[in-house]
Amino acid sequence: MKRRVLPGLPLALGITIFYVALIVALPLGALIFKAASLGLDDYWRIISSNRALASYRVTAGSAAVATVFNLVFGMALAWVLVRYNFPGKRLVDAIVDLPFALPTAVAGIALTTLFAANGWFGAPLAAIGIPVAYTPLGIMVAMAFTSLPFVVRTVQPVLEDLDPALEEAAQSLGGSDWTIFRKVILPLLTPALLAGVSLSFARSLGEFGAIIFIAGNQPMQTEITALLAFIRLEEYDYQAAAAIASVLLITAFVMLAVTNLLQARALRYTQRS
Amino acid sequence: MKIRLDQVVKTFDTFRAVHGVSLEVASGELVALLGPSGSGKTTILRMIAGLEFADGGAIYFGDQDATAIPVRERGVGFVFQHYALFPHMTVGENIAFGMKVSKVKRSKSEIAARVDELLKLVRLEGLGNRFPSQISGGQRQRVALARALAVDPKVLLLDEPFGALDAAVRRDLRVWLREIQEQLGITTLFVTHDQEEALDLADRVVILSEGKIVQEGTPEEVTRRPNSAFVTRFLGDTNRLQGQVGGGQVQLGGTAVAAPGIRDGKADVYVRPADLEWAVEGEGLSATVTRVIDRPDHRRVLAKLADGTQIELDVPPETRVLRGDIGVLRVHRANIFAA
Repeated sequence: MKRRVLPGLPLALGITIFYVALIVALPLGALIFKAASLGLDDYWRIISSNRALASYRVTAGSAAVATVFNLVFGMALAWVLVRYNFPGKRLVDAIVDLPFALPTAVAGIALTTLFAANGWFGAPLAAIGIPVAYTPLGIMVAMAFTSLPFVVRTVQPVLEDLDPALEEAAQSLGGSDWTIFRKVILPLLTPALLAGVSLSFARSLGEFGAIIFIAGNQPMQTEITALLAFIRLEEYDYQAAAAIASVLLITAFVMLAVTNLLQARALRYTQRS
Repeated sequence: MKIRLDQVVKTFDTFRAVHGVSLEVASGELVALLGPSGSGKTTILRMIAGLEFADGGAIYFGDQDATAIPVRERGVGFVFQHYALFPHMTVGENIAFGMKVSKVKRSKSEIAARVDELLKLVRLEGLGNRFPSQISGGQRQRVALARALAVDPKVLLLDEPFGALDAAVRRDLRVWLREIQEQLGITTLFVTHDQEEALDLADRVVILSEGKIVQEGTPEEVTRRPNSAFVTRFLGDTNRLQGQVGGGQVQLGGTAVAAPGIRDGKADVYVRPADLEWAVEGEGLSATVTRVIDRPDHRRVLAKLADGTQIELDVPPETRVLRGDIGVLRVHRANIFAA
């Protein structure tokens, strides 16, 4: 056996695998086991019911919009925090993490209050014909709020490590600011952006607490998949709840796998021959 | 393209990096900006490139005032110490970048042909499809040069171009850069803190200290006639002796060394290790050997004078000398400055 310099492999690996098995794999296994106890026909009937299909549309559609919003806004926020100095910069930097720290139910109630038809933001928006609370738009707002830190925190360190000489070189070769952003900076940020986007989307798919307060939860219109699973649980229909949850699980898993592949492709230049 | 700097000043916050520097570089000339770190040499180069803007004074390219022209319109090729190659582009794409973003539209085949031509010039044929992470440091620096040359710059600027490379590669690249520069006839300025590199490569050396030019001239002029103790020390190993000037000469251990134009009184005498001769007896400064260091082309002897001054001298490899030996030193040549 090859001798290793770093000590502690058996112990560290043992603890890690035990932890992953106990905390992550076991509950997921139980979920799949429960869903699998349904026959294939029943499983398919539950997950393809009209109400379930509508909930997927609402959830995935809102998550996609919220993620695109976070992609643009999160990158801009990371850019500003890294590139410029301004008073209150450290405060803004700290505020970015608040959505992680705040209980999501609290966030949901706060957002509902703000965006309700009589709220600070809701009232003027309703006046110009854009109701937010109790509509899919409200769901998007809640998702965007809770998943904002992902893009900022994945892009920020990469942007900080970007060698300023790369931009200077591109400038000396005649590149305009826009060209340099598009051809030099953006490709180098792509792996981090993909990571941030996939985490943000996965989190939005699974978000529950912040959304149920603002969504209105009308079946077929503003009912998210996680809520549907919860409703089935309350009806003691554990198998149906597990079946619906398994759809979310599989979607998140496939999406993370795809972004990993894209990321490996975007990073292929770092591999040495 | 001729370059002229007129009383250029640059201040960072409260630190004055460049104090009124004036300099002329003739068309096709290869000039080294040499100085210790903090001497302002890189700042001057970056101001010529347009990567920094001067707070005062003017920079002319030919007859045109280029002081306020932004870097992307200045038509300079800039080579960075750590290459600054775009890591996500292949070597070929890196070289093609400047042509692709240029306002002058070129066809794909035109660009490809130029990339091949440049790869040949920098002797990297066949490596066009590699990524920068897949080639060596010396190869990367050659790619960086090819990329800078691709846009036909009027001026080539190199910031410590060989600073990150090991000694053998550095020497090869020096010779090669000189050849390319002569072949293209492009006005070139490079920054270095390595005096050997500056003297090997440049037509003219500009020596800087604390944001000012202290001396400029051909390698011969600055090495043979340094105008200050700073330049003497900076250009190579040297010993400092105290002496007394009288009637245009200094007496050192019984031998007289000419000190033309130095007023009578105390003086600092700088002597290079190779300008000292070792003898077992006779006239000279008596010294005790403290250590002998063997080098490929000579033996370096460390010795101590009677007054405790440490002296280093180079003797031919066959000289028999041991630690503890007592002998005399004769001074053949010296640079003398009034103390």
